[in-house]
Amino acid sequence: MLHLVNKSPFERTNLQACLNRAVPGSAILLMEDAVYASLRGTSQSDLVAGAVNAYDFFVLAPDLAIRGLDASQVLQGVEPVDYGGFVDLTIDRQTVQSWL
Amino acid sequence: MTHPDDTPAEIVVKRFLYVNRKAPHGTIYALEELEMVLIAAMFEQDVHLAFLDDGVFQIKKNQKPAELALKDFSKTYGALEDYGVEKIYVEKESIEERGLTPDDFIIPTTVLRRDDMSALMESMDVVLTA
Repeated sequence: MLHLVNKSPFERTNLQACLNRAVPGSAILLMEDAVYASLRGTSQSDLVAGAVNAYDFFVLAPDLAIRGLDASQVLQGVEPVDYGGFVDLTIDRQTVQSWL
Repeated sequence: MTHPDDTPAEIVVKRFLYVNRKAPHGTIYALEELEMVLIAAMFEQDVHLAFLDDGVFQIKKNQKPAELALKDFSKTYGALEDYGVEKIYVEKESIEERGLTPDDFIIPTTVLRRDDMSALMESMDVVLTA
């Protein structure tokens, strides 16, 4: 399963809801405002940092870039992907669940 | 497109799970998700519904949205059985967090622990969450 999360962890609980149900080994792609969850040194960093061993985390690099962020600010264990990488994930993981 | 020998193509039946996570009247998501459920049922798909997080409030008894001139689509959940949709699950943790029990719901539900809900999600061909 590929889980898509697109809401900021500072405003919404979508990422926590996803983590509560995602089976270990699942892929989780942080996109749109959820890219803020991928950053080091925030009050919400532990959400992802505490789960990088259980899941394969990805962050959509173009969504970082438009927000003035880049891969150097991202937590260890979170892999930046471009749109092509996003497409590859949807194929590799077959089922996609979007945590709106 | 017409099939070469004029026999209709066989319907592919997939396992669909509609995950409801939002309370019913503050946004349009719950109603839209319910519309999608009915469409999938009409196409004779293997439809499952799950209610978790604030989505459990969608099936609360005694809703009176008409008092605010809103559509009372909670009645439609009761009609799902007529569409052959009978696989309806609620998450135990979500209902307990909100002080609810299955007696509070307008339809019969199967209560699943969070782990079993995860397993249900993994067993699907298509998962649509709103």
